[in-house]
Amino acid sequence: MTDAEIILKEINEIFIDVLDNDAIVLTTETTSDDIEDWDSLTHIQLVVAIEKHFKLKFTAQEIRSWSNVGEMIEAIINKSKTAI
Amino acid sequence: MIEFLQLKKNLKKDFGKYKQIKLSILGDSATQFLTQAVRGYGYEVGLNIEIRESDYNQIDSQILNPGSELYQYNPDYTLIYISSHKLLQLYNNTKVEERSMFVMKQADYIDNLISTLQSNIFSKIIIYNFNEINDYVFGNYSTITESSFIFQLRRLNMMLMENISKRKGCYIGDISSIQNNLGKKTFFSTSTYINADMLISIEALPFVAKCTVDIICAAQGMLKKCIILDLDNTLWGGIIGDDGIEKIQIGHLGIGKAFTEFQHWIKKLKERGIIVAICSKNTEEIAKEPFISHPDMVLRMEDIAVFVANWNNKADNIRYIQRILNIGFDSMVFLDDNPFERNIVRANIPEICVPELPEDPSDYLEYLYELNLFETVSHSAEDGERTKQYQVEAQRVQNRDKFTNEDDYLASLEMVSQVAPFNQYNIPRVAQLSQRSNQFNLTTIRYSESDIEKISQSREYVPFTFTLDDKYGDNGLIAVVILKTVNTDELYIETWIMSCRVLKRGMENFVLNTIMAYASSHKYKVVTGKYIPTAKNGLVKDHYKELGFVEKDGLWSLETKNYINRKCYINQNYYDRCRNYFKGNK
Repeated sequence: MTDAEIILKEINEIFIDVLDNDAIVLTTETTSDDIEDWDSLTHIQLVVAIEKHFKLKFTAQEIRSWSNVGEMIEAIINKSKTAI
Repeated sequence: MIEFLQLKKNLKKDFGKYKQIKLSILGDSATQFLTQAVRGYGYEVGLNIEIRESDYNQIDSQILNPGSELYQYNPDYTLIYISSHKLLQLYNNTKVEERSMFVMKQADYIDNLISTLQSNIFSKIIIYNFNEINDYVFGNYSTITESSFIFQLRRLNMMLMENISKRKGCYIGDISSIQNNLGKKTFFSTSTYINADMLISIEALPFVAKCTVDIICAAQGMLKKCIILDLDNTLWGGIIGDDGIEKIQIGHLGIGKAFTEFQHWIKKLKERGIIVAICSKNTEEIAKEPFISHPDMVLRMEDIAVFVANWNNKADNIRYIQRILNIGFDSMVFLDDNPFERNIVRANIPEICVPELPEDPSDYLEYLYELNLFETVSHSAEDGERTKQYQVEAQRVQNRDKFTNEDDYLASLEMVSQVAPFNQYNIPRVAQLSQRSNQFNLTTIRYSESDIEKISQSREYVPFTFTLDDKYGDNGLIAVVILKTVNTDELYIETWIMSCRVLKRGMENFVLNTIMAYASSHKYKVVTGKYIPTAKNGLVKDHYKELGFVEKDGLWSLETKNYINRKCYINQNYYDRCRNYFKGNK
């Protein structure tokens, strides 16, 4: 599995937990329109959970900039690199 | 602390079985998560908190407009959350020369909001204080610069405390302390603020929710009244039975310091009115020795309401303590360093609160501070006297165990009862007794103070009150009888109430002797009474039967002719005016 695939799997788990919905299956193309309960409020909760899980911190602007899950993963990979 | 995610999951659970409370939340920032956290935390303590959240930044219009949704909702509680960030924005827009007086206006504004709210509805109010933001414009010098923001903010917190302490039904949620405990970096998250305009981080929300729900619980009467303590390694280091009084750790050296500070905390709770009891596996004399003669002990025998040291199991001992104190298990806290004892108590008495004390005694206090077990919404100077009353009751119970013969025990109590009619001094207590007594209450008629006043002035009624005093202390006014004249021959017992505190002392015999003496001296032939069953007064089902009354069609009667005084060990102490009852003619 590539880094991106591993991260996708891990954030899928986070989405299931935070949104309390076992049926969620994320792809890189998934947007907030595709998932019930993923609104601007739960987005904050998701971001905090992802930050905690990957031990990194996004800027306020990054958090607003993603248009789909793929971009979110990209940001995680970039952050992890600079962190190392 | 429970996590926010868990609180949110609680929202899907069944709240139906819990008591419903209506809460209104008014904030100047986004409060959606706070709303979820408070409702979710309510589930943890068994409250169904229905929350109506006002639209963003509607504090003024909701409170100042009498037709607002707030007033239509008519909440039991209103939470007002004015954030430090919005305060800072206001400050930033204040002219430099006005900044020294900045919070005077804010304090007035808040005071006005609360007054308006309280004059419109009966809602209790919770307002958060201001968590500190230091903009460091003056560096440390801001602490002595009146016009600096931190100077103003701290002053506002102080003014809030002073103003609200003078009000009734209004409380402060101390989120400033929560930020101090967690640290600002945890309490406040810049990205959550920028993206959602929320000023409390997801991590801090459960703490803020707990502080809010703690206040609601206390105002609902869900309070802790008693703390039960183990001794060895809980109140002092070491084992008194093995190490001896010289070797236990208490005082200023090493770990002894932790136990000394812990004892000071317990002492302050006792002074506040929390009942302190001891429950220890020890030989009683050895366990008491440090309290009597160790120079470094903070707690002394007079601080302890009930002292139980023996080799029985702790659950039984706690039940014994509960019998003496006569308070619910859910109002008790049990502290013990031994996980085994904690589990036994939890398993046998699920209602009692048994905190999971940390292994290291130096962590006890910090851990207990965070639990905030002893929330309250009132305090009076008399609260501190409570220990004495319970010590007296404990002496009585212990003394009873010494007598094998009930009569010897009763005689040893040297009981005296004062019999009096209703008067201006006892009317409030009589009304209170009629409203609160459920068990020893033959007819369960509830009287208001004005009802009692009317009865005391009526010629048709003959009221009696009884106090009970014994060698251990005064129980106060504990029984009320209201007799009604049916005709020249019959006197009917409309009400007979007694406090359960004085059961099994022969008080009912004393009361009946008093009634019969009155009846025969006033030439009545018969005294009658009824037992009207309720869900709670089964205790007195056979009351009249046991006293020798005869039943016919639900009415019990006893003839005055041939009545022989029933045995009792209570001496009479007639109130002067009451003597007339026995002298006068019909």
